Amino acid sequence: MTGPGDIAYDVAHLLGGAMLLVGFVMLGQRRIGALIAALAAQGVLLALAAFWQGHVQAAPQLYLTGLIALLAKGIAIPLVLHRLAGELPPPLRTEAPGRMGAGLVLGVGLVGLAMLVVVPATTGAGALARVDLSMALSILLLGALMMVTRRSALAHVAGLLTIENGLILAAVGVAGMPLVVELSAGGLVLVVALIAGVFARQMRERFASLDPGVLDRHRGEGR
Amino acid sequence: MSLATALILLPLLGAALLAALPRVAPLLNIAISAGSLVLALLLLAGPLPQGEGWLRADALSVSLVVLAGIVGLGTAVFSWQDIRDEGFDTARTRFYHAAFQGFMATHFLALLSDNLGIMWVAIEAGTLACVLMVGLHRTPAAIEAAWKFFILCGFGIALALFGIIVLALAAAPHLPHGDLRLSATALREIAPLAEPGLLNLAFVFLLVGFGTKAGLVPLHSWLPDAHAEGPTPIAAVLSGLLLNSAMLGILRGEAIVAAHPGSWAPGGFLIGMGLASLLLAGVTLWRRRDAKRLFGWSSIEHMGIAAIAFGVGGPAGNMAGILHLWGHSLLKSAAFFAIGRAARLKGGQRMDQIGGLARSHPALGWGLVLVMAGLAGLPPASLFASEWMLAAALGREAPWLLLPYVAGLLVAALALLHAMQRLCLGPATPDVAPGPAGWATLGPIWCNLVLAVILAIALPAPLRALLRDAAQVLG
Repeated sequence: MTGPGDIAYDVAHLLGGAMLLVGFVMLGQRRIGALIAALAAQGVLLALAAFWQGHVQAAPQLYLTGLIALLAKGIAIPLVLHRLAGELPPPLRTEAPGRMGAGLVLGVGLVGLAMLVVVPATTGAGALARVDLSMALSILLLGALMMVTRRSALAHVAGLLTIENGLILAAVGVAGMPLVVELSAGGLVLVVALIAGVFARQMRERFASLDPGVLDRHRGEGR
Repeated sequence: MSLATALILLPLLGAALLAALPRVAPLLNIAISAGSLVLALLLLAGPLPQGEGWLRADALSVSLVVLAGIVGLGTAVFSWQDIRDEGFDTARTRFYHAAFQGFMATHFLALLSDNLGIMWVAIEAGTLACVLMVGLHRTPAAIEAAWKFFILCGFGIALALFGIIVLALAAAPHLPHGDLRLSATALREIAPLAEPGLLNLAFVFLLVGFGTKAGLVPLHSWLPDAHAEGPTPIAAVLSGLLLNSAMLGILRGEAIVAAHPGSWAPGGFLIGMGLASLLLAGVTLWRRRDAKRLFGWSSIEHMGIAAIAFGVGGPAGNMAGILHLWGHSLLKSAAFFAIGRAARLKGGQRMDQIGGLARSHPALGWGLVLVMAGLAGLPPASLFASEWMLAAALGREAPWLLLPYVAGLLVAALALLHAMQRLCLGPATPDVAPGPAGWATLGPIWCNLVLAVILAIALPAPLRALLRDAAQVLG
């Protein structure tokens, strides 16, 4: 995999780019149901990226990583989140309009920042590693932005899972990452989603809301 | 099976046993923690360094493992009385004890892992166990604290993994075997050959990521709430153990990056974040009205001091840093034991609810007086020694930093002494609940206090050699 024009590079680039695009879709999506569908799509794209890297690097363990991504992030976690969202009263399934446009503009800025940070630092690395890392960092920062700009706890969880997707994309791009790390990271994502689900349910039962803003009055010593 | 493996497996199997046997859980919890401490001491007695697969026990990790064994046993003993008084139902008692030993297993794994990926997994798993324990009270404030802890540390730890992946990328041309690309030992050996730009990038992410978990400013805001809202023993292990493993993650990264002559000097970043933590915590300590939050902020202060010490580096700076981690873990866990019991006796943890402890409960109150004096940096506890060692090192290496350092220390120390006077020496507030501090509370407080004093004035030769070797591991 050397650079543009090489099929291995182009497909990896395409899949990473598609994940980034889905990240922007999630950033601008007000409806929680659609947000979760986009998260599932990103999980499937991540699985495809892992399968592709497994093929290109002749690394069979990446197929396993891809399979975990597909089952956990493409199917299981979105299903659980979808169920949680389904329990919400309809007004809570859509977020109030507001900061979406500003969020998208900020997202473009963050992608630029990721390029600016990664490209000069990786002059000695290969072209694919450079692009792969900058795309992974962009996805990670978009996830973080989603956690800052959105109000629903489910959107925060989607942001956290987007961050994890960016990380796994970076990890599969680096040839020879130990399998145990990828497996454990995959397992931990499931636990993270489970814990987030437990807290989201507690929040809804206690406050009839999924806006962590309702927790602010219980915060620090001000209560 | 090596001692290191046994040390990880014992609490892990113990967790399963505790989940199955809730009736005898408090006693079994103490027995498992005592077994872990014995294994940690045996590890100390053996030859160093010892390696086996992904695990590697060097002087730095063993020093923190022994410390974890001591704090873990103290916390298990304290839990005997405290968790009983929490009034948890069987399910929550089962969960608390299993999660506690599960956390201990992940903590030992994080400390003993040579593979940075495994270390990351262990720290993340330990954090998740703590998040669940912080939310155990299920009050709105506990849910708020656990949610903030979960989200902020989830973000922080993700950044740290990104840093580790960048390190593996930097090592890829020089280490053909995949597993070695995450080995801290192998990475340090090949670091001089690696691309400096990648090393710099990796360190920034490791520092911000693990720095979040270590409670360094500006990503510290989860820490005071998580300490205040969970059961008291969890505050003790958060401050006494989790912060140390995060600091170890930063130090492993620093040692790798600093091995390349062309990379940025990582010490400056550590000093910057450490000073910011010390100064912000020093000022904020004055405004605290909640006693557990006060000690949470004090942890931010002391992790800041340790970060400055490791940033200054060299034998003196590193020795001061390690000694500071030891002194802080011992005294801070003792402080939480004392204030946890006091809050139970007085019916709340607001500082205006707790007063005159030395008069109403002398053994508890005077224990807290001495612990808080130690945390303020007064002799004879060991934080006094480490803070002075650091001041001397700063005077030699960067005298212009002495002024903000001493100013931060003084502001924080005066705030803690002021709080100590209010909590312990003023007129006694009435007790609202029975349950005076028993041996299970006073024992760990006074043991930790005595150990902190021994650390300063009569450090046993093997421990002195271990701490010196640990400082050398960092270079």
